[in-house]
Amino acid sequence: MSEQPVTPTRAGAIGTHVPLIDGIEKVSGRAEYTADLDHHDALVGRIYRSPHSHARIIKVDVDKALALPGVIAIVTGADCDVPFGVLPIAQNEFPMARDRVRYRGEPVAAVAAVDEATAEAALGLIEMEVEELPAYYEPEKARAGGTVDLHEDRPGNLERDVHHEFGDVEAGFAAAEIIREDVFECGEVTHVQMEPNASLADYDAERDRLTLHTCTQVPYYVHLRASQCLGLDTSRVRVIKPHVGGGFGHRSETLNFEIITCILARAARGKVRMKLSREETFITHRGRPNTQIKLRIGMTKDGRMTACACETMQAGGAYGGYGIVTILYSGALLNAIYDIPAVKFDGYRVYTNTPPCGAMRGHGTVNVRYAFESLLDQMAEELDLDPFEIRRRNLLIPPMKTINDLMVESYGLPECLDWVEDASGWAERQGNLPKGKGLGLACSHYVSGAAKPVHWTGEPHAVVNLKLDFDCGVTVLTGAADIGQGSNTVLAQLVGEVLKLDLDRVSVIANDSRITPKDNGSYSSRVTFMVGNAAVEAAERLKGVLCAAAGRRLDAKPEDIECLGEVYRVKGGQDPGLSFKEVVDEALADEGSITVKGTFTVPRSHQGGRYRGAGVGPSMAYSYAAVAAQVDVDEDTGLVTMEKIWVAHDCGYALNRLACEGQVQGAVWMGLGQALSEEIRYFNGLPYGPNMLDYRVPTIVESPDIEVKLIESIDPNGPFGAKEASEGALAAVIPAIANAVNNAIGLRLNETPITPDRVVGAIVRKERDARRDRDVA
Amino acid sequence: MAKSILSLVLNGRARDDAVADNMLLIDYLREVTGLTGTKMGCDGGECGACTVLVDDRPRLSCISLAHSVAGHRIETIEGAIRDGRMSRLQRGFHEKLGSQCGYCTPGMIMASEGLLRSNPNPDDDEIREGLSGNICRCTGYVKIIESVRDAAEEPNP
Repeated sequence: MSEQPVTPTRAGAIGTHVPLIDGIEKVSGRAEYTADLDHHDALVGRIYRSPHSHARIIKVDVDKALALPGVIAIVTGADCDVPFGVLPIAQNEFPMARDRVRYRGEPVAAVAAVDEATAEAALGLIEMEVEELPAYYEPEKARAGGTVDLHEDRPGNLERDVHHEFGDVEAGFAAAEIIREDVFECGEVTHVQMEPNASLADYDAERDRLTLHTCTQVPYYVHLRASQCLGLDTSRVRVIKPHVGGGFGHRSETLNFEIITCILARAARGKVRMKLSREETFITHRGRPNTQIKLRIGMTKDGRMTACACETMQAGGAYGGYGIVTILYSGALLNAIYDIPAVKFDGYRVYTNTPPCGAMRGHGTVNVRYAFESLLDQMAEELDLDPFEIRRRNLLIPPMKTINDLMVESYGLPECLDWVEDASGWAERQGNLPKGKGLGLACSHYVSGAAKPVHWTGEPHAVVNLKLDFDCGVTVLTGAADIGQGSNTVLAQLVGEVLKLDLDRVSVIANDSRITPKDNGSYSSRVTFMVGNAAVEAAERLKGVLCAAAGRRLDAKPEDIECLGEVYRVKGGQDPGLSFKEVVDEALADEGSITVKGTFTVPRSHQGGRYRGAGVGPSMAYSYAAVAAQVDVDEDTGLVTMEKIWVAHDCGYALNRLACEGQVQGAVWMGLGQALSEEIRYFNGLPYGPNMLDYRVPTIVESPDIEVKLIESIDPNGPFGAKEASEGALAAVIPAIANAVNNAIGLRLNETPITPDRVVGAIVRKERDARRDRDVA
Repeated sequence: MAKSILSLVLNGRARDDAVADNMLLIDYLREVTGLTGTKMGCDGGECGACTVLVDDRPRLSCISLAHSVAGHRIETIEGAIRDGRMSRLQRGFHEKLGSQCGYCTPGMIMASEGLLRSNPNPDDDEIREGLSGNICRCTGYVKIIESVRDAAEEPNP
């Protein structure tokens, strides 16, 4: 009898289009986000924010506010002297400012009151006496010397400088036949996840315990920082993540409002609900910093790169956050997509009196990619090489280690390039489009989980528990944070796949620190790869338990049992075998409820080199993407209209094709927002228009069709060969659009966003230069 | 703030509630009736997450006073399910992944419902126009358009 094939119709089978397992809750309005949770007995929390960009605090007077009837508690910086921050080596932020405020909008105090109106009125009664200090909004000014430094331990406001050199850079440039250098600047952008920030903290004064519901990507980090700042043993804190309305990095570190809500709840000896406005959510920020880049590339006349040197400065905002990691990522992934024998990177992360920047989709890698792919295109043009050809001449040949010690095993970039070239009709269309239209190409890549965790505790990188009981349902217990990307769905799929079960038999319980195993969280695109591998291992162990049980009943060795999901039988036998229920009953006999565990750890071989800063960049697998963008540029108004985007993304094996496509489209689209319209600008430290009308997230009207091809390079270490699918394509979009604009109107735009005023400005400058040249001639 | 009786039909049921005269429709829905499916995504009128139907037409509940819809028919996302079954738009958004994090979804579906009631067979540009006031930060809108297109081809259950 031939082996029964895995039916492709099995609900939730990997490699198919699988709707999200919590999708029905979302489309029916039943999905509960933090602000939707029961709060009938909760007080209203509100934050008093600094109106000053940089000032020494002399006094925060809350007496009048406290006297207001209905005000239950007020807390200030005096209530917490424990600093926090996501990186253990850079914790320099207090939940509420203590001696000094360093940006406009920084929390200074917080009120818990019986209702909104009272809380609002109380904020108006808080008085803050300060001594103003000079404030620095641009990194050049912060570094100019003679400054009042934001942090005393960081003279000259330099948070971190990175100087990496790999290979012989001098020899590389000496061997080059052409060398080009250019400067680029990317505006500061932010996440604008749809759900404004919210927390609900419940303090049990009788037991000195705290339960926090919050909209985070990293419940474990929030747990650590909340107990640290409150001085509560970690066992006294419980963190639960409800549905989360997007993250994109904003929520990949503990945020001040989360700890403030906890401090307030303890002060009020009860329950406090904190809902931030959209404006406050903008000010909480942690987005992609303004970045200035000077890039130099050397190559031979046949387009082989011989060396590159990059100097990057990021305006990091007022506190550390992920800043050190951001600047290190800019260097680590600058070159590693191509084969370049010599690389130099000098990075500067600078403190400024603006809201702290942090991690945002494509963390640290996006802006340098824009510079790199733009300059590469410029050099291709000069050498009369096709943009595809110049990239093909510099591909990696895996398996290999890049010059900065990143291990590359699966590498679908060549196939990405082939598909995009074909799908976009590049050969016939590029250069032959009507006036004002252009096509541009760029590539990018990203990690599938940072190989070095933030906390080096010695624990595995991921742990998944599976529970199987009398009901014959398999429950996945995970701390991985589903923030809309579908991580719960992919974990259920992986467990179903190993056990050959329909998704109906598998359910997921996630993100309750009392119940689910610790997980580092959803960032660096780690969940599918790391938590997925742990889920596969857990499911394999459960299958082992079930095969052993079936073997006992069928009088066969466990290794001779074949698992067909709903049926277990002896391999090659004629016996109909046992039903899943019969096998579960046998497995539970004498044992009772079964819990198994799977873990995953990135081996040392993939954890990168041993130089300072080598911990950022290594991953067990990298995704790759190629993007072609077609634009229309109106030379009178400067308006760039996106007509079409083709993107090929190498995500390894596509476990959920629907979710992978959705992630790639979302990443590409977020990149186009940064490319064309999104930017946070400040006036004396005050953001212009911190709202969704002035901060121009593209609407559906401005958003083009995005055609996706999933390239499946099948990674040897990913779960069933899978890699990340949600960040890698973002970075390529921005240079692809810039290159398309150049193709359309013959102008290089070296600043983002490429807004109408910048385009018109560039056109005017070009015409003026042309006139001057004519006059001289 | 003085309260007065607000009478309206919410998801097919007549209701009378004592509601403050300055209460916004979204707060009435979320805080008074307990229907939290309607979401607040911005500080007022910017994002469309709070869209509900008032007499079949989309309305931003975050910039409407509750009393301004007195006597009218209000529909929220909770009312889209009939007899326990999803509407064609809910099914479309679920099956085509028009919803990722889900936060814009209730407003997006209600705006789409309003669109399909006034224009049962919209082309892609008409879908874009109908949803131009609804921001989604996850999908890039491609699968939202597919979801609406897919739903428009189905009869409502």
